[in-house]
Amino acid sequence: MRFSDEFEGRFSEMLSHYPTKRSVLVPTLLYAQDEVGYLSDEVIAELATRLDLTELEVRNVISYYSMLTTKARGKYNVQVCTNISCMLRGAEEIFEHCKKRLGVGPHGTTPDNLFSLEEVECIGACSWAPAVQVNYDFHENLTVDKMDQLFDECKKEGTQLRNL
Amino acid sequence: MHLVSHPDEVKVVSKRFGKGATDLDRYLALDGYKAVQKALGMQPDGIINEVKNSGLRGRGGAGFNTGLKWSFVPKQSAKPKYILCNGDESEPGTCKDRLIFEHDPHAVIEGVVIAGLAVGSHTGYIYIRGEYRYLSNLMQKAIKDAYARGLLGKNIFGSGYDFDVYWHGGAGAYEVGEESALMESLEGKRGIPRIRPPFPAVVGLWGGPTVINNAETLASVPHIILGGAEWYSNLGTPKNGGTRLFCLSGHLNRPGVYELPMGYNLKKMIYEVGGGIPNRKKLKAVVPGGSSTPVLTADEIDAPMDFDSLMKAGSMLGSGGVVVLDETTCIVKFALRTMKFYRHESCGWCIPCREGTDWLEKTLIRLHAGGGLKKDIDNILYLSENMLGRTFCPLGDAAAMPTIAFVKKFRKEFEDHLEARPCAFEAAGSVERLPVMA
Repeated sequence: MRFSDEFEGRFSEMLSHYPTKRSVLVPTLLYAQDEVGYLSDEVIAELATRLDLTELEVRNVISYYSMLTTKARGKYNVQVCTNISCMLRGAEEIFEHCKKRLGVGPHGTTPDNLFSLEEVECIGACSWAPAVQVNYDFHENLTVDKMDQLFDECKKEGTQLRNL
Repeated sequence: MHLVSHPDEVKVVSKRFGKGATDLDRYLALDGYKAVQKALGMQPDGIINEVKNSGLRGRGGAGFNTGLKWSFVPKQSAKPKYILCNGDESEPGTCKDRLIFEHDPHAVIEGVVIAGLAVGSHTGYIYIRGEYRYLSNLMQKAIKDAYARGLLGKNIFGSGYDFDVYWHGGAGAYEVGEESALMESLEGKRGIPRIRPPFPAVVGLWGGPTVINNAETLASVPHIILGGAEWYSNLGTPKNGGTRLFCLSGHLNRPGVYELPMGYNLKKMIYEVGGGIPNRKKLKAVVPGGSSTPVLTADEIDAPMDFDSLMKAGSMLGSGGVVVLDETTCIVKFALRTMKFYRHESCGWCIPCREGTDWLEKTLIRLHAGGGLKKDIDNILYLSENMLGRTFCPLGDAAAMPTIAFVKKFRKEFEDHLEARPCAFEAAGSVERLPVMA
């Protein structure tokens, strides 16, 4: 299967950083997931072959890390932190609002495949709580209104991209 | 971004924050890479002693003397030695390494190189948690820039010494912040902890001696080399040298990351630096060093924030995450959210942690929802106490210690949830009531 040139460049460079091939596995899985959307059977087979591992060994690693997934997500993966510092500053309200607005539960994806929702553990934004990550972008000091603006922006951008 | 300041701050690690130091030229203009040049002219033992005498203690939370840790690496080794920077920051309440990577990535690289010179290593890895993708990108660029300028790679600064630094990324796992799980993860495996001894200083990455330090610890090292052990040590209290980044969060008017001298008074930190509690509410409790550290009550906060004083107060300085709870917080719910986290993050390798966190979460859910029995409260203590010291890595302890403190210090609040009484802190009907089990 084909990955982007950027992926291949990083992959071959990383192989030279370690005494064992296997060491590139965790970051490589995440970069592969970013390109394909999820860790498909094809991605797993490809990386297992490249790194001289069995597919089971790769799946074993995937299941340990909470960012890695074998199921497709929406274009915008909304990850709401509800851990202690965020909880004290209203994260539950934010999370409830997200569920209502998107009409999906935790790990759900909207029917238009635009959004998926996750409740996540501490993302390192404690002093700027409550916070969410949409894909890799941090959004901090949130209120329900700011969350709505964020949804609107994503929706606009997502629809524009789709109509291109 | 993210910057705040207070007149009591003493900026050492944060002195280049907001000054554009991600740019290599800017970093060099702000005394960047001068410490490496100085260290290249020192004997390895000289570097170790300087760091040892500075009183720098591990900023990840364990608080072990950094120089002493370095001294455990054998001088002669058949296998390559490694430096591993722990940037898997994920202790709830902690967001300081993020700022270091965001504003001063070269300081981390410099710390890694100096640690390498001290122990005779030629390779360093900087592990950054997967969620911090923008910081991983910044670090990749910083490393590339440093290579292009001859500050890394073969014959650094014309010294004849070779040193390589590589970045590495995680993919979401709290436990990987534990040193042995961190090495497993870097080797491309599940982050299951290793039994010790042997310690990483002797048998670490790929079997080679390995120094593992937190990002803030390593970012402090260049300042110590330039300013001297005595200067750094005097910034703090005896046996707790220097400053540290405190992450103030929760019910505060001015939450933020502030660099304060070790031993700074916690009460002052909350009321003066953090601006006190919003809406004239009263303080109820403080989690002083990240979610795994035992809670302090409002009566216990007149304490110096250093490793030894907090140990004496029955808690820990931990990772510097100060979480402030006002009187409207339900301790049972707070304990439950803390336990939910540890249950989610337990890797399942050690039975006391895997089963303990699961049972504790279930018990706390039931208790908070009014379905608890009187014996549940003692059961929480019994389960927690039986997790202590019975696991490969400290995740089991990290779950048990705060739980024991919540029950012991706020027992009445747990009792108030018994006999189908609704949680007094929640709006009526907002908690789904569970039946009292026989």
